[in-house]
Amino acid sequence: MTEADIAIRFDGITKSFGDRTILDEISFEVLRGEAFCLLGRSGSGKSLTLKHMIGLIAPDSGEIYLEGAPITKLRGSELSQVRKRMGFLFQYSALFDSITVGENVAFPLRWHTELSSPEIRNRATELLDQVGLADDYDKMPTDLSGGMRKRVGLARALALEPPILLVDEPSSGLDPITAVEIDNLLLRLKQHKGTTMVVVTHNIPSAQRIGDQLALLENGKIVERGSPDRLRQSQNDTVQRFMSATGGT
Amino acid sequence: MVSEIRLGVAKAFFFIGDNAAFGFRSLHASVKRPFHFDETLRQIYELGYKSVPLIAAAGIAVGAVMSMHTRATLERFGAESLIPTGLGLAMIKETGPLVAALLIAGRVGAGIGAELGAMRVTEQIDALESLAIDSFKFLVATRVMACMIMMPLLTTIMNFTGILGGFIAEYAISGMGFQQYFEQAFLLIEFDDYLTATFKTVIFGFIISGVACYQGYYTTGGTAGVGQSATRSVVVSSILLIISNVVLVKAIFFFLPEAA
Repeated sequence: MTEADIAIRFDGITKSFGDRTILDEISFEVLRGEAFCLLGRSGSGKSLTLKHMIGLIAPDSGEIYLEGAPITKLRGSELSQVRKRMGFLFQYSALFDSITVGENVAFPLRWHTELSSPEIRNRATELLDQVGLADDYDKMPTDLSGGMRKRVGLARALALEPPILLVDEPSSGLDPITAVEIDNLLLRLKQHKGTTMVVVTHNIPSAQRIGDQLALLENGKIVERGSPDRLRQSQNDTVQRFMSATGGT
Repeated sequence: MVSEIRLGVAKAFFFIGDNAAFGFRSLHASVKRPFHFDETLRQIYELGYKSVPLIAAAGIAVGAVMSMHTRATLERFGAESLIPTGLGLAMIKETGPLVAALLIAGRVGAGIGAELGAMRVTEQIDALESLAIDSFKFLVATRVMACMIMMPLLTTIMNFTGILGGFIAEYAISGMGFQQYFEQAFLLIEFDDYLTATFKTVIFGFIISGVACYQGYYTTGGTAGVGQSATRSVVVSSILLIISNVVLVKAIFFFLPEAA
């Protein structure tokens, strides 16, 4: 493995809120084209880790590298350039509720491309079609179910065709069938476009379906990382307990 | 006890300073590229145009009531003919700007505080940032600019409808003619009077939108926090409006005595 193979690298990232340390000098790397699933209990700092990756939160110490370049000190247009290379699917979709589903998907296209309005509409419709919601272009986000909102969020995250996709709890709050549908969408994306993915979840079956690499975050540290098989066979008590808890989302 | 008061005062100054810095940052952001003309126009429509019915209705009511009260007093001295003049001066110099600002603080301040607060707690602001869009410039600078542009226009509507309300009341009581009433109303008003009093509402617009955006943009605590942001937006901006009005009037007296 060379530096060029690494899409994202965390190097000794620490983040505390008050006297509570959430991330304690964590280091790991995500290879290009792989799906990296970050597991952990609620409140373990998984979402915080994702938000560090896209510069929504700055670490107290340590450095994050995107494709070899440090990003934690970036501001303004330099940070924007980094963010354009990433798509972010939020846990509760974070759709803009004052505009329609289609406008949500078209939003990044309007801002960051030179496409004409009809071209933007066509592209947004295509993206919605990929997630099975082409007919819902003119609906408002509040008219959609949780699973549909998640799919719209995914379509919006993919609008600029980012090489890296960050996904926060893709199956949270969804029924098992819809959760599998979302997983399948992510899998198709990885296989067909070679998108690098960092997926935060506490849903073990989902992580095993999607992930090439799994890592377990506990008490601010990565206690184990490796292939799904390696984590299943781990002798670490925390990992065993976590991997055997297959219920719930 | 004394130390608590000192701490409270220090906190208040810190809060106002933080708000002011936030507001000035928004002004700086609004003159930097890229310019969000479409979003600013949308906010002008949402914050300004949609406030016109409220301002117009309030203006007519305030003008009519002021006219009736003034008549009750001036009648004793046989000076009813001064009613339009007094009302015109009062509306344009003070009542119009301040009442319009307080109404906008209620409608627009609460709206901005709640909207940005809801966007914060539902991660929509984070979503904007993740899409490589400067959320501060897009959400805050555009609203502050829209509010500053619309306040003088809304105040002008308030002034006009206030005088119109006074005419309706006067016409109902004394049957005074339209032309005579308006000639009387504008008898002692110079253009400078209108200009200085109305210009200060640009600052009112800055205060209302700056406070509301600050409250909404930094909302914490889920849906309860959204409610608190909306309430605080109205309360804080109303207090600052009243205080700043005193300061601005004093400043006008000092720097532009001919317009005072």
